[in-house]
Amino acid sequence: MIYREAGDFKTTYQADNQTFPLRLDRMGYYAILAVAFLVIPFVISDYWATSVMVPFLIYAIAALGLNILVGYAGQVSLGTGGFMAVGAYATYKLTTMFPDVSILIHVIVSGLVTALVGMLFGLPSLRIKGFYLAVATLAAQFFLIWLFNKVPWFYNYSASGQITMPERTVLGQIVTGPATPAWAKYLVCLTFAVALAWLARNLTRGTIGRKWMAIRDMDIAAEIIGVNPLTAKLTAFGVSSFLIGIAGALFFSIYLGAAEASEAFGINKSFLVLFMVIIGGLGSIFGSFAGAAFMVLLPVFLKNVLSGSLGWPTDLAAHIELMIVGALIVFFLIVEPHGLARLWRLTKEKLRLWPFPH
Amino acid sequence: MEQLLYVSEIVVNGLMTGVMYALVALGFVLIYKASGVFNYAQGVMALFAAMTLVGIQQGQVPFAHLINALTGMHVSNFGWNVPAVLAIALTAGVMVLLAIAIQKLVLQHLVGQEPIILFMATLGLAYFLEGLGDVMWGADVKTLDVGLPQGISDAAEALTARLTGYGFFIDRLDIWAAIIATALVAALVAFSQYTKQGRAMRAVADDHQAALSVGISLKFVWIMVWSIAGFVALVAGIMWGTKSGVQFSLSLIALKALPVLMLGGFTSIPGAIVGGLIIGVGEKLFEYFVGPMIGGATETWFAYVLALGFLVFRPQGLFGERIIERV
Repeated sequence: MIYREAGDFKTTYQADNQTFPLRLDRMGYYAILAVAFLVIPFVISDYWATSVMVPFLIYAIAALGLNILVGYAGQVSLGTGGFMAVGAYATYKLTTMFPDVSILIHVIVSGLVTALVGMLFGLPSLRIKGFYLAVATLAAQFFLIWLFNKVPWFYNYSASGQITMPERTVLGQIVTGPATPAWAKYLVCLTFAVALAWLARNLTRGTIGRKWMAIRDMDIAAEIIGVNPLTAKLTAFGVSSFLIGIAGALFFSIYLGAAEASEAFGINKSFLVLFMVIIGGLGSIFGSFAGAAFMVLLPVFLKNVLSGSLGWPTDLAAHIELMIVGALIVFFLIVEPHGLARLWRLTKEKLRLWPFPH
Repeated sequence: MEQLLYVSEIVVNGLMTGVMYALVALGFVLIYKASGVFNYAQGVMALFAAMTLVGIQQGQVPFAHLINALTGMHVSNFGWNVPAVLAIALTAGVMVLLAIAIQKLVLQHLVGQEPIILFMATLGLAYFLEGLGDVMWGADVKTLDVGLPQGISDAAEALTARLTGYGFFIDRLDIWAAIIATALVAALVAFSQYTKQGRAMRAVADDHQAALSVGISLKFVWIMVWSIAGFVALVAGIMWGTKSGVQFSLSLIALKALPVLMLGGFTSIPGAIVGGLIIGVGEKLFEYFVGPMIGGATETWFAYVLALGFLVFRPQGLFGERIIERV
């Protein structure tokens, strides 16, 4: 069981093109899935679910979405927070309007709604490129948040301006609201994360993904070889916003339970998800998960070390944390602009040659 | 008539706000022109400069919080006050040091990377500086006072009252900001046109390789440009800090400067000014005429949507260089 392809013969085109061409990789992947679905739900505690696993999975979905847009299609977006808010508010409106329909369907429909909004804000990308586009997506961020704060219809005229998730069940099990057990929250998010990662992986290695990458690498050249920039860019915005919308819907309905647009989905959220994508690795599915894990775990870790073990005041710890996050981003960009995914790939390359590297 | 006068008062105040936006945007343009880096950290640099200025002025011990946590001491103040002029000079020095550090630690290692990577590096830099500012000087809201006059300008009110019969409300600080901004721009233009270093800066902005080949030190020019941008950030920080207190929201004005830049074009100093004025006036007028109909507080997004709509018709902004793309 040494990690290498020798002896792993491919007899079909399909086998040659599968996501995990090495047997050990494949086994590892199934093993992780088995542990995630069959072991963790039984042992997960409230603390681990709410402060690590659930945010990790939700952010992983958001990072996947943003990675499709930034990493695969090359369109930088700073509007992630706004699109997550669309998903959250869509779920809220749908579930209060149609309480009998399953929450899972609402979450998916919210994703579709967000996809439409994303495509609308993606339209200028046909004219605007690069930084100009990045700033233009800020328009989406600020306008959407303002809209959700100012139009009472979105929050059902509640006095506090907040949206609160009512209790909903899946197959008789409560999955939203304060009475939800930790494992149920975790399992819902895990199911979505795995399904969407599968979707993203298969989209990005197919025709559509190649079109996105052609646009990313040079849009004029892509146009000349027959990629339609209109469909390529708009599908990128659509798929990306679909994932981000689902992430926003889960973030609100499963994780937060109650939310207020500018607080939960402000500009900081956009940057946070962007950092996950950068640190994880642009244009990598694994990288989205790695980046999300890193950015979720780092604050938990720093908080435990700085204010837990060293006993520093929490505000000081928070500021140091900002510095560390900032420095790490710069460090990563200098050392490895392709992020954790690239490091992982290099490790695997090394492993294949081990123990005789020459 | 009354309405017209009221609107023109709004326009004048919008122009003044626009000058403040333009001040921040100016720093962006300088760095973008000279090094092709879209410096997101410009707003945080303004915040950092303002914090440092207040800290030095009031004789705070830098890193007091951290020292206390590490050693268990209780230091907070040196117990002296530094005069404003000296404090400004010292802060300018700190900004130069910061520019050198950024060049040595960050930019030097990222030469030749794609622009988007550089942009993200400045995002990281922004976070780092924000944390550093808080750790050095504490995160509490500070009042900044370097002796700039504030409050309603009686002279302007009297003058307009005599001319039109309606006294305009204009903040004296805004008038000073306009004067200082004009002086700053004039100084920058003179510097880039008539000095050797200024010419080197323009050469680098034009073409890095060509500049290198005639013996211009890129390293020196970049440090210089970041220092100047740091100084511009300091001026912007003083203005905004005096106006609304030194606090985190100060760094958000950087975000407001972005649509200003998009309107004016990333590469044009006059563009930054004109863009700032358009956005300053535009958002005030929009809030006045349309705001009440749709719930108010439109200032948060109006600038971005205006810039977005505008860019669809003119992707390089008002004064930006024409974008030519080749395969």
